Amino acid sequence: MCGIVGLFLKDKALEPKLGAMLSEMLISLSDRGPDSAGIAIYGAATGNEAKITVQSPKPDRDFRGLDAEVAKAIGAPVSVAVKSTHAVVRTTPDKVDAAREALQSLRPDIRIMGAGEAVEIYKEVGLPEAVVDRFDVRSMTGTHGIGHTRMATESAVTTMGAHPFSTGADQCLVHNGSLSNHNNVRRELRREGMTFETENDTEVAAAYLSNRIAHGKNLGEALEGTLSDLDGFFTFVVGTKNGFGVVRDPIACKPAVMAETDQYVAFGSEYRALTKLPGIDNARVWEPEPATVYFWEH
Amino acid sequence: MPKAQREQGHARVFDLGQQSLRELNQALHDLGPGSNETAWEVLNPKGSHSVAVGVDQPISIDVRGSVGYYCAGMNDGGTITVHGSAGPGVGENMMSGQIVVKGDASQYAGATGRGGLLVIEGNASSRCGISMKGIDIVVRGNIGHMSAFMAQSGNLVVLGDAGDALGDSIYEARLFVRGKVESLGADCIAKEMRPEHIELLQGLLDRAGITDVKPSEFKRYGSARKLYNFNIDNADAY
Repeated sequence: MCGIVGLFLKDKALEPKLGAMLSEMLISLSDRGPDSAGIAIYGAATGNEAKITVQSPKPDRDFRGLDAEVAKAIGAPVSVAVKSTHAVVRTTPDKVDAAREALQSLRPDIRIMGAGEAVEIYKEVGLPEAVVDRFDVRSMTGTHGIGHTRMATESAVTTMGAHPFSTGADQCLVHNGSLSNHNNVRRELRREGMTFETENDTEVAAAYLSNRIAHGKNLGEALEGTLSDLDGFFTFVVGTKNGFGVVRDPIACKPAVMAETDQYVAFGSEYRALTKLPGIDNARVWEPEPATVYFWEH
Repeated sequence: MPKAQREQGHARVFDLGQQSLRELNQALHDLGPGSNETAWEVLNPKGSHSVAVGVDQPISIDVRGSVGYYCAGMNDGGTITVHGSAGPGVGENMMSGQIVVKGDASQYAGATGRGGLLVIEGNASSRCGISMKGIDIVVRGNIGHMSAFMAQSGNLVVLGDAGDALGDSIYEARLFVRGKVESLGADCIAKEMRPEHIELLQGLLDRAGITDVKPSEFKRYGSARKLYNFNIDNADAY
């Protein structure tokens, strides 16, 4: 089944509550997916800092002394903020690729969850409530975010198999459904130089979008492409540095409901996820049409 | 006393903010024939699933707010009003009685329904009345794609527009649409509105409490009956 949520704030006054609002939305959909949960939160990009979210099965071993070692390797200041199995590595934007390489050579067991100027990604096996508690998501501020609670169908129940999937800077995607041509699309994307961490179908969708955006498409155009190039059932919710998009396949049997007020745009697999949002009783609530791209940008 | 409660007089009030859904449905299932508890009110549904599923007595239930999946499923004789919107599968497999959704309905409203009347005052989304088997459905707004797919019996009345592939692989149900139809599905065709259809449609509008439109404003659609028995010449249509 899976449950997905998304929240794009228009009202800056809500930004301190983004983590709390998104956490509640995701917890309300726990029974749609008990296998794993994840959340991506976009803080405001300052332009002089890049963040890499990393995960380690042995955080005590891998994160100790990491800041100094990476700083030495790349010749730039680095800070590391540890949250349970995850850590956010901060450095200057021009050093982000060097930092990624240094992280992978210094700590081969570390997994990179995502990177960019705005995004932080936290995902683990377990129920949403346990995951948001573990990473203290409720206290996070930000401009927009997406979340997912997973019922595994296409690949293993592991941290790496959890959503969101991030395959480009500040890009990430959550998916309800299953793709039938993901192996073929993965092969084609590999030929174009994309790399994959898992056998998961959703990672292919994320990489597809990143590839199209790298070819100069905007988010809306990249999402249009999924309708002709990806086979299967999907409701996708995607985040970019300053944007938020939704698309459903032409059959549209995976549920989706959206709400918009002057303060926010919200997405949920079900209306249940939206009931605690401020002003929801007077919001415009609708079901996104099949094969139709919706997106918002700050 | 809340306004809603006053309007209902002596309705038995169930607050899903404080009581469980299982308690509600059990209380409804415990009602026997001739029970005096004929008026119920459900507060704070907040998108809960399966609200008032399996009602089998002629009682009335007012649900104050929006519901999730499968509200009023299998209803047999109850009158259930959702004062909000309904999630997927509202009134699935209804046997008899009446369901009114004041807001919108999600996917497959009234699916496989065998009898009774489902009225949606807002819009219904995809697959409204899929595999309907005798139910009557009246939608004041629009309906989404693949509605009345494999519909077998009953009537679907739409005051607004219909999405793609209306009545795909339809058997004997009658579809009346007042607005435009995006496209017709396999074996579904426009049909003549004869006096008996005008009369039937007027009766359905009356039962749904709709007085501001005339049956003559609708077009009728139904089965061309070419796919009943396999004929190789029609193979492309399946």
